Amino acid sequence: MTSTSPRTKNTARTTSAVGDKVFFGLSWTGGAIILVVLAFVAAFLLIRSLPAIMPETFGPGADEAIDFWSYVWPLMAGTVIVSVIALLLATPIAIGISLFISHYAPRRFANPIGYLIDLLAAIPSVVYGAWGMLVLAPAMVPIYHWLHNNLGFIPLFAGDPNVTNTGRTLMTSGVVLAVMVLPIITALCREIFLQTPHLQQEAALGLGATRWEMIKMTVFPFARAGVISSIMLALGRALGETMAVTMVLSAGGFSWSLVTSGANATIPSEIALNFPEAFGQRQAELIAAGLMLFVITLVVNVIARAIVNSHAKKAEGLS
Amino acid sequence: MSSQIRSRANSKPQGSQQDPDGRKKPEDMTPQTHQKSRLDSLTAHRKPTWTWMAAAAGSAILSLLITLVAFESFSVIGFGVIAGVLFVGSMYVVSRVLEDRLKATDELWRHLVWTSFIVALIPLISVIWSVVSQGLPTLISNPGLLTADMAGVAGADDIATQNEGASLQGGILHGLVGTIMITLMASVISIPVGLFASIYLTEYGNRNAFSRGIRFFVDVMTGIPSIVAGLFAFAGMTLIVELTIGSSPQALQSVKTGFTAAIALSVLMIPVVVRSTEEMLQVVADELREASYALGVRKWRTIMKVVLPTAMSGIASGVTLAIARVAGETAPILVTAGYVAMTNWNPFSEWMTALPVFIYRQLINPTAPAAGDPSTARAWAGALVLIVIVMGLNLAARAIAKYFAPKTGK
Amino acid sequence: MAKRIQTVDLDCYYGDFLAVSDINIDIEPRSVTAFIGPSGCGKTTFLRTLNRMHEVTPGARAEGKILLDDEDINAPNVDPVRVRSTVGMVFQRPNPFPTMSIRENVLAGYQLNGIRLSRSEADNVLERSLTGANLWGEVKDRLDRPGGGLSGGQQQRLCIARTIAIEPDVILMDEPASALDPISTLAIEDLIHELKKDYTVVIVTHNMQQAARVADKTAFFNLQAIGEPGKLIEYDDTTTIFNNPANQQTEDYISGRFG
Repeated sequence: MTSTSPRTKNTARTTSAVGDKVFFGLSWTGGAIILVVLAFVAAFLLIRSLPAIMPETFGPGADEAIDFWSYVWPLMAGTVIVSVIALLLATPIAIGISLFISHYAPRRFANPIGYLIDLLAAIPSVVYGAWGMLVLAPAMVPIYHWLHNNLGFIPLFAGDPNVTNTGRTLMTSGVVLAVMVLPIITALCREIFLQTPHLQQEAALGLGATRWEMIKMTVFPFARAGVISSIMLALGRALGETMAVTMVLSAGGFSWSLVTSGANATIPSEIALNFPEAFGQRQAELIAAGLMLFVITLVVNVIARAIVNSHAKKAEGLS
Repeated sequence: MSSQIRSRANSKPQGSQQDPDGRKKPEDMTPQTHQKSRLDSLTAHRKPTWTWMAAAAGSAILSLLITLVAFESFSVIGFGVIAGVLFVGSMYVVSRVLEDRLKATDELWRHLVWTSFIVALIPLISVIWSVVSQGLPTLISNPGLLTADMAGVAGADDIATQNEGASLQGGILHGLVGTIMITLMASVISIPVGLFASIYLTEYGNRNAFSRGIRFFVDVMTGIPSIVAGLFAFAGMTLIVELTIGSSPQALQSVKTGFTAAIALSVLMIPVVVRSTEEMLQVVADELREASYALGVRKWRTIMKVVLPTAMSGIASGVTLAIARVAGETAPILVTAGYVAMTNWNPFSEWMTALPVFIYRQLINPTAPAAGDPSTARAWAGALVLIVIVMGLNLAARAIAKYFAPKTGK
Repeated sequence: MAKRIQTVDLDCYYGDFLAVSDINIDIEPRSVTAFIGPSGCGKTTFLRTLNRMHEVTPGARAEGKILLDDEDINAPNVDPVRVRSTVGMVFQRPNPFPTMSIRENVLAGYQLNGIRLSRSEADNVLERSLTGANLWGEVKDRLDRPGGGLSGGQQQRLCIARTIAIEPDVILMDEPASALDPISTLAIEDLIHELKKDYTVVIVTHNMQQAARVADKTAFFNLQAIGEPGKLIEYDDTTTIFNNPANQQTEDYISGRFG
């Protein structure tokens, strides 16, 4: 060998093994922190909400405290109703946009349109709230009046029409939420639609199917599980969304009517509106409401993930 | 034009009688006529190209009439909805009459898909237009908004602004400072934890029980509502304060700080960082790791010097997106950092206002309840600044991913 | 510098699966030894145990002795990382580091380990290694360009330069030319001839002509059936293996009756 070698012993070449152990420790800790944090989230929320959930044991006593469940159920109902409205509005449109990007739009535009829809996801929720409160709500007022006048016999559109002059109703909140969850569903559906095997699609077209028949025959069956799970994920997001509802909705007690102001409330908006000034038992009630929200979204998300995972396994088995 | 559409609509029964002849009973036909009709159908059963323009104009006029008659006041949304329904419906009928059922269905869905795209554009444009048209004039005429906070601004000032045309007082500086400090703190906590966790998952975990657990709980964490993250940080800090300082009102007051808000944001940010980083690390070819090991390089140096640099542009882009996401968060900060009018640079003591919280407060509780316009103007200006920050971060993320990807020289 | 490799009763496992069993081989210093055999017979697995790369795969391990000039590098207290800096490896697909320039790629063994070289030392290593890999003339004017911009054959020689830069005692090559065109393959084979002056070279190849062209000795591996461990069937001078093999399986294989 040449004598210009910059080293003389093999052992000089590598560093000590301590670095490996330290680095492994750091990485392991990073992972462990995530588990610990999640355990803490559950534990802290539980500890802090015990006085509200079980006032006899942990709180001020049964006589002084309100009944937690009768307090929280209208909030849960409002949360679920507004999320369902959002999904009913957003799902068809989101699937339409996904199809537009994957199968209808000219190739050149498909990607920019995708970016544009992703932009919707980047807008902060407080901006949506401001828009919903100041722009959308007034624009919805004539529609609510019309719905109330013509379809008022349906409980959803009943109520005192004079209260709706602001348009700050559960329905408007649902529309704002629909805009906010739209990009979530779109992003996932678009991806799945694009993954549909090309051979199948061409086979369908080759049999003389129109484009719509081809989509119905090949794309939808392939994408079903993915679409469902994307809707579930969007539901999780809609259930937990705070600011848009807080700013748009003029809150009140539970009501079947979607078009009156001063009715209904959701868990997140109830917390956002009242927590900054709350203390003591009231704080415990709000944290307990948050715990309920946590449980609901947890269930929804776990179901969504389970669908995604079982679908991924099936896809792996096929290939 | 609209009468034309109506006459088409009226002719529908007639059209559906024709329909069976053209399509539904080909088995009754002799081979020759069948052949003939098929040849014809290549060109004959096509509606004229100007049909859609006629339908569009007709629907617009009809919808205008309906909106004016049915609604007490004119509603743009109502007009759009009715016009859209009329257009899609009339096109279906026309197609059904002039062409066949399959073509009509195909066309119906094509229109619905296009409609959904246009419908989705409306809120996007409306939101951005509202923010820019309301926020930009305020910012241009009052650039001082960016350098002033709300300290000393009282309701009387806003009443003067609204009623006597005095210049707009106060500003969003405290919100900007708060957002920057809280986001910075959250990044300082989340980025190392997220990076190391994803390194554990890709480089050490090999799908053992621990790493599968982490993956599952990262998924769960992505779904935590932001307000719950805020409550968690608040509850956690309250426990710590009670255990260390005590539960006097002053002690409990000290729970609300920028740092508590940063913890709340970290709960939201860590899973985003982990998922994007893990994805990027998995893309790094195992061959590069092996090449490094074969040179006698230790695993941790391989990760630091080979794996991370190769994935760096993707990781940086993902982290930037995560920062953009939490920079716009409102709810968790609302319940953890309090609300003040003064600029506070210290995230560890005293309350702190973030820009989104400032916007929310100005709209919900205007400085002068009787004269809300100045508050609304400040809110829109703040919203514009916030959107610029968040969009800027998003664009930066895309630019990083595109321009800092490893160069292959090709 | 070049060292002798001996293995004693070496078994390689993936988890509970015994992939290669009972290998006893004696590889001469300053020679080229080729491993041939049908796909899945464990030649690559065996090669990777020789610098303890085998155990990088989760669950993989090797039992038995690997003697590098009488020092057992498979002993439990031996640090595998140090083994790898003594026994270098070149892979099937060229894998230069995409974030590094040509210069940085050659010096990667030092840079990644945090060893600082003076400018003149670095230049020395650079020129010596690239010259040793027959690449100096082609790249000396563009040392700061990315390594990924070279052609496949040049990339593979860059990887060889990177390996000889850290002055190993042994160079292992895992089908180094299988991803390359014929001209690049020829360049690599010429290079292997050069390398054996200074190093012990072990090469796995699917190409029997290549084994015949470059190797002094050839080892034939085979497995009895799928799921059975691979075994060393015959190990002898290359001319003997190809012209006058002692074992019937070897003869069947080199005459193209299977594999």
